[in-house]
Amino acid sequence: MIHEAIHPARMPDPVLTIEGLRVAPQSTPTKPILKGIDFTIAAGETLCLVGESGSGKSVTSLAVMGLLPKGILKATGGHIDLEGDSLLEASRGRLRDLRASRMSMIFQEPMTALNPLMRVGEQIEEVLIMHQKGLSSKQRQDRVLEMLDQVQLPDIARVYASWPHQLSGGQRQRIMIAMALILEPKLLIADEPTTALDVTTQKQILKLINELQKRHGTSVLFITHDMGVVADIADRVCVMRDGEVVETQPIEDLLRWPKTEYTRQLLTAVPSLRPRTARAVTDREIVLEAIELEKRYGERSAWARWTGKTALQTPAASDINFALTRGRTLGIVGESGSGKSTVARCVMRMIEPTGGGVRVMGKDIASLGHAALKPHRKRIQMIFQDPFRSLNPRLTIATSLVEGPVNYGTPREEALARAAELLALVGLPEDALDRYPHQFSGGQRQRIAIARALAMEPDVLVADEAVSALDVSVQAQVLELLDELQRRLGIAVLFITHDLRVAAQICDEVMVMQKGIVVEYGPAERVLGSPEHAYTRSLMLAAPGRHWDFAGFRPLDRVFEDHPTSTATVYQ
Amino acid sequence: MFSYCLRRTLAAVPVMVVVALFVFLLLRLSPGDPAAIIAGDMATPEQLDRIRETLGLNQPIYIQFFHWSGELLRGDFGTSLMSNLPVTQLMAQRLEPTVSLALLSIALSVVVAVPMGVIAAWKHGSLIDNAIMSMSVLGFSVPVFVIGYILIKIFAIDLGWLPVQGFKRISQDGFGPFIQHAILPALMLSTIYIALIARMTRASMLDVLGEDYIRTAHAKGASEKRVLFKHALRNAGVPILEVIGTGFALMITGVVVTESVFNIPGLGRLTVDAILSRDYPVIQGLILVTSGVYVLINLAIDLSYALLDPRIRYQ
Repeated sequence: MIHEAIHPARMPDPVLTIEGLRVAPQSTPTKPILKGIDFTIAAGETLCLVGESGSGKSVTSLAVMGLLPKGILKATGGHIDLEGDSLLEASRGRLRDLRASRMSMIFQEPMTALNPLMRVGEQIEEVLIMHQKGLSSKQRQDRVLEMLDQVQLPDIARVYASWPHQLSGGQRQRIMIAMALILEPKLLIADEPTTALDVTTQKQILKLINELQKRHGTSVLFITHDMGVVADIADRVCVMRDGEVVETQPIEDLLRWPKTEYTRQLLTAVPSLRPRTARAVTDREIVLEAIELEKRYGERSAWARWTGKTALQTPAASDINFALTRGRTLGIVGESGSGKSTVARCVMRMIEPTGGGVRVMGKDIASLGHAALKPHRKRIQMIFQDPFRSLNPRLTIATSLVEGPVNYGTPREEALARAAELLALVGLPEDALDRYPHQFSGGQRQRIAIARALAMEPDVLVADEAVSALDVSVQAQVLELLDELQRRLGIAVLFITHDLRVAAQICDEVMVMQKGIVVEYGPAERVLGSPEHAYTRSLMLAAPGRHWDFAGFRPLDRVFEDHPTSTATVYQ
Repeated sequence: MFSYCLRRTLAAVPVMVVVALFVFLLLRLSPGDPAAIIAGDMATPEQLDRIRETLGLNQPIYIQFFHWSGELLRGDFGTSLMSNLPVTQLMAQRLEPTVSLALLSIALSVVVAVPMGVIAAWKHGSLIDNAIMSMSVLGFSVPVFVIGYILIKIFAIDLGWLPVQGFKRISQDGFGPFIQHAILPALMLSTIYIALIARMTRASMLDVLGEDYIRTAHAKGASEKRVLFKHALRNAGVPILEVIGTGFALMITGVVVTESVFNIPGLGRLTVDAILSRDYPVIQGLILVTSGVYVLINLAIDLSYALLDPRIRYQ
């Protein structure tokens, strides 16, 4: 599974050499963001740059491309050499010539990386217009079509003339790859290129990059925070922290024998794909139940009715049934568009279900009016994905925490006292009450979001991708906190996630959704341990790094493999 | 695309109906006898009766409305009380000076303001940016007539290059004399729009320049010029277009001061005269025409969004 690393002694001249690279904000040059980075990449090699947010991975890649934000960041020292070209000293014109022809870059968010007002074929062709001036229009078009074929897009003539918004995320990332590789650059920089994609799409894109890399002999600088991806694709790994390189090792050595405590921590924090055993049932009281819940979206405009067009009714979720008992965690797992967030929002009554029932503590709330719903709202509270946007930046933490209880009639003094207790409960100092959200890190903000939800004393917490935006080490802490709160308060959690590793570690039961319907539902140990449905299997097979036991620093002795003919339990 | 255009066009119809209704009621529902309002203070009872009869004021109000709108559709806006000329004829005479002046001014504003805004955004935070933004504040805050008189003082009186006032029509006198007479009023009229459009262009460009696809364009090795004009400006276009359209509509109706300063026989002057002399049929006609211009310009803006942005086109 792991690629054989290129031995240093046999290593040919590196394609890219970075020595002592320092980058600092223009306003405060004494506080560098990169404090002397060194690494090299050999021809055809894949070097993974890993580290948590703020470690300086992206800044490193932008410095190589000469794309550091003007007037904000500046390279203050060191050396970047791309096959004899000294990039920090190169003129702007020379850098422009090198971009796309000798070094290319693809980015994290394919949905926004393409110009929405240009056909994708033209956007690829633009690279040829700028860098290969001798080609005729026909020759350019042929080259683009050939490249679209190489990135394995279907119906290339149609794709050529498509607008970006007509393509899926995976297709757009293929367009970006085609654009990056059409001039066969020596170096491809990929900054989290699959992070925004679903696991099955991620697997295809990683495979594609690998194939094209082999065919053209491209060196790849791959930036990621995902150790699973690293284990699957890296030849060597460079671990970064706070603007410094912590260690650089061939992949297998790094995974088996990390030299530094920091790398060891990073690896240990990766949740195992192997599901934990469900906790013993202590309370059989059902706190949340969905009965044949359904949500359809459709256009019902006057125009549609007038022209007699049947209104388009797409079920975003249909026939959803589940029951959640006190103190347990039910995970809803699926890719984007599977309907998992729709279910969460229906349960919260943030959107109106179009059919079926939602029972909170035995009371059907699916069709209650606004006023009748109010007393039930506090029983079920939500934690959102992005703690940077879910807290009002203009309100102090105290104001955010007491707002809900005060709305429900608790005297302000009492609510404030309770808020202080809650902060202690989620592990934050009491003086946090008078501060504002921007003064906290992502992990701390998510703790505040949890405290805000708990202030309402709910029976159910709905966590929609609540740890997806967090670094693995912080993620582990927040998951631990949720687990502890559950034990102490007996709260039930509906946990929506796309991450099978997280689901395997936190859920008692798991429900797998695809295209708006439930394909598999049962104890996590069975659903994720020996999945029966083909879709669940494909998800498990696409999970990156599934052959490696990160916390154990060794390969897994039993790996989930697809055996279509048997449904044998694989992990036992 | 076709359905989008059709929907937008149809949506303009009810707006015009509401405007027509409002204009109609303006006169009928104002306190007192419309005939008395129209006839003025010095009318005899016989004159009042005659006016009631010609306006059909003896009939029920909804019949009056249908009657009145029927005549509108046939192009009959009534007769001016002052000059006894048909309202349509009065407006037609005044339309050309106003529209040609507005077109010249808006063209001037766009040609000057858009590059200024683009450069200010590109050199964001620099001396050039600050200079352009300060000039735009000045453009906003100096009253237009002051600018008009300063322009006349310099170019017409001191230098003697251009006429002090008056107007020549393209249709009668040709393009040369038109420009000679219209350039100062157009400059005066456009200062505020240059300021407005430059600010909007800068703000919109700054937003777009932070987008991921701009970074992609840089990563492809595109030159600054290409990034700014091929990738950024078109994406920044919608809000800019909105300001240009609204600006044009405002010019058609808001040129009173300019027309007074330069003594131009346009719609603005006609409006002032009609209001001062309570010439109700002319006022009604002017309101209808200017609202119609607003609606048409808004329609044109909506339709041009679709040309600009494929995501709207395929909705």
